[in-house]
Amino acid sequence: MHRKTLAELAAGLERREFSSVELTQAHLARIERLDPALNSFITTTPEIALAQARAADERLAKGEAGPLTGIPIAQKDIFCTKGVRTSCGSRMLDSFVSPYDACVVERFNAAGAVMLGKLNMDEFAMGSSNETSYYGPVKNPWNTATVPGGSSGGSAAAVAARLVPGATGTDTGGSIRQPAAFCGITGLKPTYGRVSRWGMIAFASSLDQAGPMARTAEDCAIMLQTMAGFDERDSTCVDRPVPDYRAALGNDLDGLRIGLPKEFFGEGLDPAIAGLIHAAVDEYRRLGAIVREISLPNMHLSVPAYYVVAPAECSSNLARFDGVRFGHRCENPTDLADLYTRSRGEGFGAEVKRRILIGTYALSAGYYDAYYLKAQKIRRLISEDFRRAFEEVDVIMGPTAPSVAFEFGAKSADPIAMYLSDIYTIAVNLAGLPGMSIPVGFSNGLPVGMQIIGGYFSEDRLLNVAHRYQQATDWHTRTPAGIAD
Amino acid sequence: MSLSAAEVNKIAWLARLAIDDDKVEAYAHDLSQILGFVEQLGSVDTGRVAPMAHPLDEAQRLRPDDVTETDQRALFQAHAPLVEAGLYLVPKVIE
Amino acid sequence: MEWETVIGLEIHAQLATRSKIFSGAPTAYGAEPNTQACAIDLGLPGVLPVLNREAVRMAVKFGLAIGAEIAPVSVFARKNYFYPDLPKGYQISQYDLPVVARGKLSINVDGKALTIGITRAHLEEDAGKSLHEDFHGYTGIDLNRAGTPLLEIVSEPDLRSAKEAVAYMKKLHALVRYLEICDGNMQEGSFRCDANVSVRPKGQTKFGTRAEIKNLNSFRFVEKAINHEIARQIEILEGGGEVIQETRLYDSVKDETRSMRSKEEANDYRYFPDPDLLPLEISSGFIEEVKATLPELPDAKRDRFKAQYGLSDYDAEVLTASREMADFYETVVREAAGDPKLCANWVMVELSGLLNKDGLEITASKIDAAGLASLVRRIADATISGKIAKQVLETMWNEGGSADDIIERQGLKQITDTGAIESIIDQIIAANPEQLAQYRAGKDKLFGFFVGQAMKATQGKANPAQLNELLKKKLQ
Repeated sequence: MHRKTLAELAAGLERREFSSVELTQAHLARIERLDPALNSFITTTPEIALAQARAADERLAKGEAGPLTGIPIAQKDIFCTKGVRTSCGSRMLDSFVSPYDACVVERFNAAGAVMLGKLNMDEFAMGSSNETSYYGPVKNPWNTATVPGGSSGGSAAAVAARLVPGATGTDTGGSIRQPAAFCGITGLKPTYGRVSRWGMIAFASSLDQAGPMARTAEDCAIMLQTMAGFDERDSTCVDRPVPDYRAALGNDLDGLRIGLPKEFFGEGLDPAIAGLIHAAVDEYRRLGAIVREISLPNMHLSVPAYYVVAPAECSSNLARFDGVRFGHRCENPTDLADLYTRSRGEGFGAEVKRRILIGTYALSAGYYDAYYLKAQKIRRLISEDFRRAFEEVDVIMGPTAPSVAFEFGAKSADPIAMYLSDIYTIAVNLAGLPGMSIPVGFSNGLPVGMQIIGGYFSEDRLLNVAHRYQQATDWHTRTPAGIAD
Repeated sequence: MSLSAAEVNKIAWLARLAIDDDKVEAYAHDLSQILGFVEQLGSVDTGRVAPMAHPLDEAQRLRPDDVTETDQRALFQAHAPLVEAGLYLVPKVIE
Repeated sequence: MEWETVIGLEIHAQLATRSKIFSGAPTAYGAEPNTQACAIDLGLPGVLPVLNREAVRMAVKFGLAIGAEIAPVSVFARKNYFYPDLPKGYQISQYDLPVVARGKLSINVDGKALTIGITRAHLEEDAGKSLHEDFHGYTGIDLNRAGTPLLEIVSEPDLRSAKEAVAYMKKLHALVRYLEICDGNMQEGSFRCDANVSVRPKGQTKFGTRAEIKNLNSFRFVEKAINHEIARQIEILEGGGEVIQETRLYDSVKDETRSMRSKEEANDYRYFPDPDLLPLEISSGFIEEVKATLPELPDAKRDRFKAQYGLSDYDAEVLTASREMADFYETVVREAAGDPKLCANWVMVELSGLLNKDGLEITASKIDAAGLASLVRRIADATISGKIAKQVLETMWNEGGSADDIIERQGLKQITDTGAIESIIDQIIAANPEQLAQYRAGKDKLFGFFVGQAMKATQGKANPAQLNELLKKKLQ
């Protein structure tokens, strides 16, 4: 059953080829068998899953099912799940059992999806390799010596290893797209404001956005249909109709205008990846698209701007973890200052601390203008670059990451090198645009992802563009050796 | 841009983060490197650029003044580190 | 040397919304600890704020009432600092773009009219409370108050004495209650004041170094704390020392201010726009909508009272000091359909005397406006004299009942029958031949003696004007 895509499983449930309980048990068994080597789950929730599966089977029997009813999924452990530990990959929240559900979780529950568990991630979503998780790194199913990417590395690895047909991720600077690329799956970061952030533990509030991760664009469309939409609890969630994503999948691509930013193909890009991206673009030409070179002149400023804006927001967002109301509290604090500094010092890992420190510094008296305000202005320039580009093209294509999955430890000693692995994805978050990554081939046995960026709220078009490619190619169907059965 | 150990300690205090003494130098090194990397922003003329705090050009939505929450103290305090008589306890605060 | 004091006040008014500024938790005072602190107020991971429309409406209403500019776009910012009563580690406030800016308020001190500038008024969330009773060496944190909407009203440094500061604060207190945006309950902390105080040699234009006095929760404390602080600073300066810029806490028990060193250490609030909230846009339509709900404001009401009711400056000022007082007065005037000045006297002097004695506000008066009006009516139509009326008022206050019932029951009705009064006068004259002789010999002062005797005989019920007239005739 694990060979089937989410859409195929939904069809199988509909036709009663198997029950949701059977489907759930099969996936739970796979997790039990294969995940010890991958470490993609922080928590599994078999009791909840089986109860939800039974309820889904009843719904299916009554003919009240939707496309996700009875489908096993898993949540990135950044989404609050009522009654279930929600750790955010941190020692700080190792003991945190959320008293409420995130909006995304509520919507999957309402759709009748079955939650298998909570997925591993970089601590507080800060990382590009999943090496910062308190629960240990996730292994890339294609080669367990390499990282799965981050921060949604658990989600990407679990989908790639067919432990779950679809998973949620969050993307602040590339955290859906980069691991999707490293693990050879399909991931979509929607437009900022498309999916509610209620109950999604904040890293950088003006950049964070939740999205689906699955094997195909069609599966992502099904998941996004449930995730997207207005939520009055999130002031930054946009009240705007949600299109029928699946209905748009089949549109033809005749005359589609694709822009290739020359800045995406310069120095630092693995030539093998460049070759595969160009090959994929050729495929689009065959599908009727028109390709032209464009320029995003401020692209090179996106990583430095991001590493001011995101840490600044995180330094404030993570101030609530103080050992008073929830989360880690140090033993026997001698006074209030000791309670704060030691609880936080013990609860957060090194990368989180680095970012809190950078952000605190960038906002502090005397540095605010030179760092924070400057970065906000650069953010405007980057956003303007995209606005101009989308006057000429419908979608932008390029590599998702400059390299394939790297080995553990390769970049952990050098923060800047690690930050640069998000060089092609970060600008999209700064502008708030939607972006996808789809598998377009392999280099050295490891998957390569291509990024597709669209205008605001063009998720339907992105999914359509990705789907048509997946109809014409089979890269997205490849399965890592050793976990196929 | 180079941060001294003393500056790291100052920022760490502002952020209420305990940093082990033997790790302060390493943080100073990493943070200096990151700040150095970020410094390239300074080379761009942004004189007339309006700062962008939000990706979308939208206004704040307003909520009706309705009480929608009920008392969930027991639930919220079930996993709290230290509570008594419904209060969260912290080491004595001296004003 | 002669010193001049410079004072600016920061007043925090809790807005009288039902729910909190960013959450749907109730704002009612006095609930069990932490039972009104919802997930948002507690700053649980993943929660988000949504702005309460009513809080915005109230801020705009205030801005319009002080003739201020209402910002078409204002921004919420985070003020970052760690304190146990601040759950998120930051307070959502407004920083460089407040919702209200550049207003003014006129005050009256010792008959002198002054205009005090209001720099800004911004919306923010209140913090929780630290309870310092000893929980085995711990402090208890109650977050019920966390997230209650506050309007922080910042004055220009236009105040020159504690007296002016109190007058300003009282005027503002009356205003927010007129506007029905704050209940003004100072004991419960609904209306709190921080004072920035400095002194400088008279004639110097540069400000002296200021100290901020926190947590002044009564008018009396404001006056005492400021006067204490002025004296402290002058003493330092005259001793050749320097005032240091710091935060001081007023101790009402010891009547002194002391340094709050714990809050002093390198405050760096790292304000930045709150990414969870979008810019607050206020349309001219919204402003017009709010404008239509503005009540008559204190100054306008005072001027109208003077013109419409012929009241003195002083009477009009006192009667419009609160909206409740003004409404009470106007109801008395309307119901009594009588002399507004007489009504003013009965509200301001007689009823207020009883209220003060029992420590009650006008809203808690044991005699309502209609009741007082019926009493005033009986004075106006000469059923009773003013003197008897005071007696009736006391009975109404202490025992309840209507003026007419009391007059009837106690037989207090004024004697206006000329024949009856004449016969009483005749008896008195007959009984006091000696005094009569002296009076007729030119001792005019004895007229009062005869009035007194007549009143005694009638238990004060004789109509005074009639009595005077008849007595004069008979004594000749």
